[in-house]
Amino acid sequence: MLNIQDLHAKIGNKEILKGLNLSVNAGEVHAIMGPNGSGKSTLANVLAGRNGYDVTKGTVEYEGKDLLELAPEERAWAGVFLAFQYPVEIPGVNNVYLLKAAVNAVRKYRGQTELDAVEFLGLIKEKMKIVKMKEDLLNRSVNEGFSGGEKKRNEIFQMSVLEPKLAILDETDSGLDIDALKIVSEGVNSLRNEERSIILVTHYQRLLDYIKPDHVHVLSNGKIIKSGGPDLALELEEKGYDWIKEEAA
Amino acid sequence: MEINTENVEDLVSKDYEHGFVTDIDTDTVAPGLNEETIAFISKKKEEPEWLLEWRLKAYRHWLTMEDPTWAHLDIEHIDYQAISYYSAPKSKDDAPKSLDEVDPKLLETYEKLGIPLQEQKFLAGVAVDAVFDSVSVATTFKGKLADAGVIFCPFSEAVKEHPELVKKYLGSVVPAADNFFGALNSAVFTDGSFVYIPKGVRCPMELSTYFRINASNTGQFERTLIIADEKSHVSYLEGCTAPMRDENQLHAAVVELVALEDAEIKYSTVQNWYPGDENGVGGIYNFVTKRADCRGNNSKVSWTQVETGSAITWKYPSCILKGDNSVGEFYSVAVTNNHQQADTGTKMIHIGKNTSSTIISKGISARHAQQSYRGLVKISKSAENARNYTQCDSLLMGDQCGAHTFPYIEAKNSSATVEHEATTSKIGDDQLFYCMQRGIKEEDAVNMIVNGFCKEVFKELPMEFAVEAQKLLGITLEGAVG
Repeated sequence: MLNIQDLHAKIGNKEILKGLNLSVNAGEVHAIMGPNGSGKSTLANVLAGRNGYDVTKGTVEYEGKDLLELAPEERAWAGVFLAFQYPVEIPGVNNVYLLKAAVNAVRKYRGQTELDAVEFLGLIKEKMKIVKMKEDLLNRSVNEGFSGGEKKRNEIFQMSVLEPKLAILDETDSGLDIDALKIVSEGVNSLRNEERSIILVTHYQRLLDYIKPDHVHVLSNGKIIKSGGPDLALELEEKGYDWIKEEAA
Repeated sequence: MEINTENVEDLVSKDYEHGFVTDIDTDTVAPGLNEETIAFISKKKEEPEWLLEWRLKAYRHWLTMEDPTWAHLDIEHIDYQAISYYSAPKSKDDAPKSLDEVDPKLLETYEKLGIPLQEQKFLAGVAVDAVFDSVSVATTFKGKLADAGVIFCPFSEAVKEHPELVKKYLGSVVPAADNFFGALNSAVFTDGSFVYIPKGVRCPMELSTYFRINASNTGQFERTLIIADEKSHVSYLEGCTAPMRDENQLHAAVVELVALEDAEIKYSTVQNWYPGDENGVGGIYNFVTKRADCRGNNSKVSWTQVETGSAITWKYPSCILKGDNSVGEFYSVAVTNNHQQADTGTKMIHIGKNTSSTIISKGISARHAQQSYRGLVKISKSAENARNYTQCDSLLMGDQCGAHTFPYIEAKNSSATVEHEATTSKIGDDQLFYCMQRGIKEEDAVNMIVNGFCKEVFKELPMEFAVEAQKLLGITLEGAVG
């Protein structure tokens, strides 16, 4: 599904990713962990196609396509979804309206007919249950006045509606209290299936108590320095990151 | 945000959609302004003596005045002697009785503008008094309006058919000597719309006029007068486009609204005149005086404007709240792109007791455009318990444009409540990326964000105008994020 080879990327003149390799198969959940500044968010943003990140070397292959060649919206059409670390507020733009535009943009790309208002409402009614989304949030402006937890829930709600093939969750656990973390995690778990791959970018192990990854990778100084199973995350929780850095050095 | 260069060029080089010129013989007076020109206009319009005198008085006063320079605008010197002050389509002489008699070229022009009169007859609830250049050529829905006792006709016709009303109200809101451009208009206005809603009548349809400047080098001086008698109600729509021209064209209109006791006037404008090319060449100078007099108790006037066109806009639709409990509203979206400039806002003059006013102004600037909100809220001594709420928001696209706010508040009565809020924001890369990551194209994302920003104003527009306004906004800002 996703194959990253020797990826180098910089912001301005600062190199952040320095030869990252990662391979994700369909249906797998990968956790990317690492200390602050290791390049976790940069990886998420490069995969989603955000401006300001300069890929200087390496390749990213997604479903046989060169992902880096695609514009951000084309990546979205192809099934790449990024749950933002800091979802933005868009005043005056209705939450449902944005989502409907997004769904129909994707459907159009796939040659499907666009959903009308009734069909769309039917679709989201179902999906709202997944993250226990409050109805009044639907008709508010996108993320405007949402609490931190509501914003993250909204991200997962959008993910459930858009049904991506590759979902990248950038620090979705940050700023969540334990109840919100549970709800969001349950939402993500319910979206796991054999075709959908998920990359969890996180600083803490606690998210992985709720979402069991198939693989755990440690990112440090722009490279993956250690990979393993779920146990690796526990080990990290216990020992911190330093021992791996030493081991890798 | 970066878009690839090819795209930007595509978008930017997209011609102004309504930039075409209809080839019609016009009966145009030689450029220049003097008393003879005014007498010529007055004679052409077969006006009574008192109106000629009124014009000449305005002209003589205008001669003593100077171009206003206080606005935050960079205006090239205007040579008023180089402008032709009268132009009428020739077919006027044989006075078309119906659309069939109207010059087909004219009809074609309307077709291009998307306002086919033939079809408009059947459109529910919209009467069109179409102004082509300076003379009105076709008026529809007259019958239905006449049944209700509503007068809706070209200004020149009102002068002939309803002289007592014109004489009574003309200049009663915007006096002939009011300001430089107002005085100029008073001297040389050629036509416009006249509306009278009798006592107790709710106008059975939305009234709408399309203004259009066509003849090259001809200033357009519209005069509109709307009177809502006691307990009456009217909604008036004004929309404009203009063909592409290289030289700047001057437009100095005057709109006067009079609301008597318990009357309500809703005046909506979508203005899309040629803004000039991307280098700031050409484009319309839009210097408009719009003022409403809430003369009667419990009267209400609401101005809603969407200003996307013109090279320079100088416009402050205002309300004089004379009647007790009278209400004034101003909802505005102004968009400036490329080298467009706008200095716009409103004046709310509170005189009566318990008067209230609301001002919602949304300014959007892109590329090199400069825009100012200029507003005055004046609470007179007599205005017990007056209330005002003002909200001015500016949205910037790119880093070379500017937004400026000049709010003036004068409160002479301590019982007044005046609130002012202002924000300036940039259309964020973050917002755009968020939308694009969800699969929405950049252009659509810009549209969505900008429309969201303008939502409070758009909801004040009549439905069909709201749709048009959203479209216009999209066209105006195409490729503006770069």
